[in-house]
Amino acid sequence: MHTQVGRGGGWRRQLLAAGAVTSLALLAACSNGSSSSGGSKTTGAAPTLTGDCAQYQAYAGHSGTKVTMFASILSPESDSLQSSWKQFSTCTGITISYEGSNDFESQLPVRVNGGNAPDLAVIPQPGLLAQMVKTGKVVKPPAETVTNEAKWAPIWKTYGSVNGTFYAAPMSANIKSLVWYSPKAFSAAGYKVPTTWADLMSLSSTIAKAGKNKPWCGGLGSGTATGWPATDWLEEIVLGKYGGDVYDQWVNHTVKFSDPKIIAAMNVLQGWMHNPDWVNGGFGGVSTIASTTFQDAGGPILKGKCSMLQQASFYEAQWPKGTKVGPSGDIWAFKLPAADPSVSDPVEGGGEFVAAFSDRPEVQAVQNYLSTAAWATSRIKVAPGWVSANQGVDPAVYTDPVDQLSAKYLTDPTATFRFDASDLMPAAIGSGKEWTEFTAWFSNNQSVAKTAANIDAAWPQ
Amino acid sequence: MSEETVEASAAADAAPVVPAGGQAGAKAVRRAFSSPIASFLVILLTVLWTVPTLGLLATSLRPESDVAQTGWWTFFAHPGITLSNYHDVLFNGGFGVQNGLMPYLINSLAITVPATIFPLALASMAAYALAWVRFRGSDVIFFLIFALQVVPLQMALVPLLQLYSGGAHIGSATIFPSLGLGGTYAPVWISHTMFALPLAVFLLHNFIAQLPRDLIEAARVDGASHFRVFRSVVLPLATPALASFAIFQFLWVWNDLLVALTFAGGTPEVAPLTVRLAQLSGSFGDHWEILTAGAFISIIIPLAVFFGLQRYFVRGLLAGSVKG
Repeated sequence: MHTQVGRGGGWRRQLLAAGAVTSLALLAACSNGSSSSGGSKTTGAAPTLTGDCAQYQAYAGHSGTKVTMFASILSPESDSLQSSWKQFSTCTGITISYEGSNDFESQLPVRVNGGNAPDLAVIPQPGLLAQMVKTGKVVKPPAETVTNEAKWAPIWKTYGSVNGTFYAAPMSANIKSLVWYSPKAFSAAGYKVPTTWADLMSLSSTIAKAGKNKPWCGGLGSGTATGWPATDWLEEIVLGKYGGDVYDQWVNHTVKFSDPKIIAAMNVLQGWMHNPDWVNGGFGGVSTIASTTFQDAGGPILKGKCSMLQQASFYEAQWPKGTKVGPSGDIWAFKLPAADPSVSDPVEGGGEFVAAFSDRPEVQAVQNYLSTAAWATSRIKVAPGWVSANQGVDPAVYTDPVDQLSAKYLTDPTATFRFDASDLMPAAIGSGKEWTEFTAWFSNNQSVAKTAANIDAAWPQ
Repeated sequence: MSEETVEASAAADAAPVVPAGGQAGAKAVRRAFSSPIASFLVILLTVLWTVPTLGLLATSLRPESDVAQTGWWTFFAHPGITLSNYHDVLFNGGFGVQNGLMPYLINSLAITVPATIFPLALASMAAYALAWVRFRGSDVIFFLIFALQVVPLQMALVPLLQLYSGGAHIGSATIFPSLGLGGTYAPVWISHTMFALPLAVFLLHNFIAQLPRDLIEAARVDGASHFRVFRSVVLPLATPALASFAIFQFLWVWNDLLVALTFAGGTPEVAPLTVRLAQLSGSFGDHWEILTAGAFISIIIPLAVFFGLQRYFVRGLLAGSVKG
């Protein structure tokens, strides 16, 4: 008994000691927190910046301030972001405290409702932006941001607006309408890059008949977001078949999924990516599309087991190290042709928008800077994999061939650009029912009519 | 996977903490558990539960291309060992942090240790008071505290965040102002303490209430105050219960992602290991191969804590504490 109590006593003493230490640490943490929160309006007249810093004169006068930024972009892409505004931070004295999370979509509403909103949020879905504006916490951008934004195609402004009021300027853009293929395999077999939908379909059947491999591969797997690649396929067909107006009505649900037009588009997809003779190269039958992760889907192209993969520009990051990406390399991409030749250059894409939850002058300075072509140029120079549709960016600064290709279509004034429909639709559909129903369509061979009816039934009233 | 194993075995070990009834019953139980069939079943379950952890270890040592093509079990037939995943996780930084996982590991410890000690200290005192200090309504308070168990913590996230960032007000009267705790560990400590208290009070109350009345009364007769009794008699005797709860709480806080993400955020100054692990694979999931190595590193410390403290609840404490 004595040893028992003795040992217990020793344990207890350690416990108390540890408790004392941590409560001291708690006090220290509290005092740190309170001392660093103040000090935003201590500056007087803006100092004059000279030398390399002179270009940031417009943002001067907020030295020693901190702006918090919350986004879904993770390392290593976020490291490139941080280096892109390093000089801006050094010159102006504004620290940008960046935080990336892959739970961004669920964490942002929690923080905003909890009164703990970041100063700036980089929102990739216009639907989420609308939801944030509804909370009343989003602050309208300063006039300079509005002026800078005009260098983007007008359609982008509507995606950064809610109910006609402009809230968030676009920061980056990406293109989804690309088809990845192997130029080497194409030239060896004598295939030409198709420029029309009819060419694409006849090329597919030529490849299938040649029998060496299946023409298409694909993968819908993406964890809890499984199914999204298929929504892109349908969106591209709808946009390429009917043009922007029907696409917009489809997003608003004035044209339903069970509308004959959308059913026709779904049937086109049924004959393309649901065609047992055409898919799923390197993996198996149609149902393996649902079970393959989107990251792995393009792998068979390099091994000659599949010829083409429809996937966004950011798929470039998935090719293994050492893969040569370029017009005469191992891998290259062409733009998916319009399903109807009368639609002028349909381009489906996505992007990110910078929304502010504070109108402190330093927050507005950062917001203004991020909307300039100068910042976009600075970001592009840091590392490939980033495209801006800002017309003020010199196309020559892009070094990566895929970025050059994306920038060409994204800044093309004759292109019919539309934002990813599933990011515009209500979250219950665009990041919910549409994903699960499309997955069932591919995995269980669920009929087109039933898939469309199920999605319509789930549309929030 | 592996965390579940640890928790499951912790649960199995924690069960005997509540002292068993009669001596005969204990013997029967002991005999039943030492039969060859039972031993075989226990070993089988242990092996089954360890297999995923083994797979995790094997995967973390394989090169990316192998992992993408074949299952981890082929590792033993065609071993190709690389430490590059571990190197990436430990030394390649992200978010402007150069030291890989190290800052996050320290954050995890800085969050977990206080968030284990605070509820333990508060709950042991509350449990003693509810069990041995006679006052009106002590049973009602105990049941109310236990009833709080049923409130899912997810419901409290947004209101708590509002309290921390905006303070508490009734009408125009301020009960307490905004605490300005953003970007510190404090909100995570306080939240974990709150969420842990109901279970902690319940567990420790049940244990402390079963201590022999003679012991407590003897100490009271000798003139010990309640605090003295608590410190010199109850705490030493309750060590196994405290240790088992400490293990539970440590593992829960260590593995927690939701509370830390909500109250601390993902900045390198405060984010724990779990937050970093969730981000390891990158924006488009293209670095998934280093996840297994990261996961393996993150379970080393909970395992050390478990093995370090397990003797406290394996020991049957009360046997012989009152020797006539």
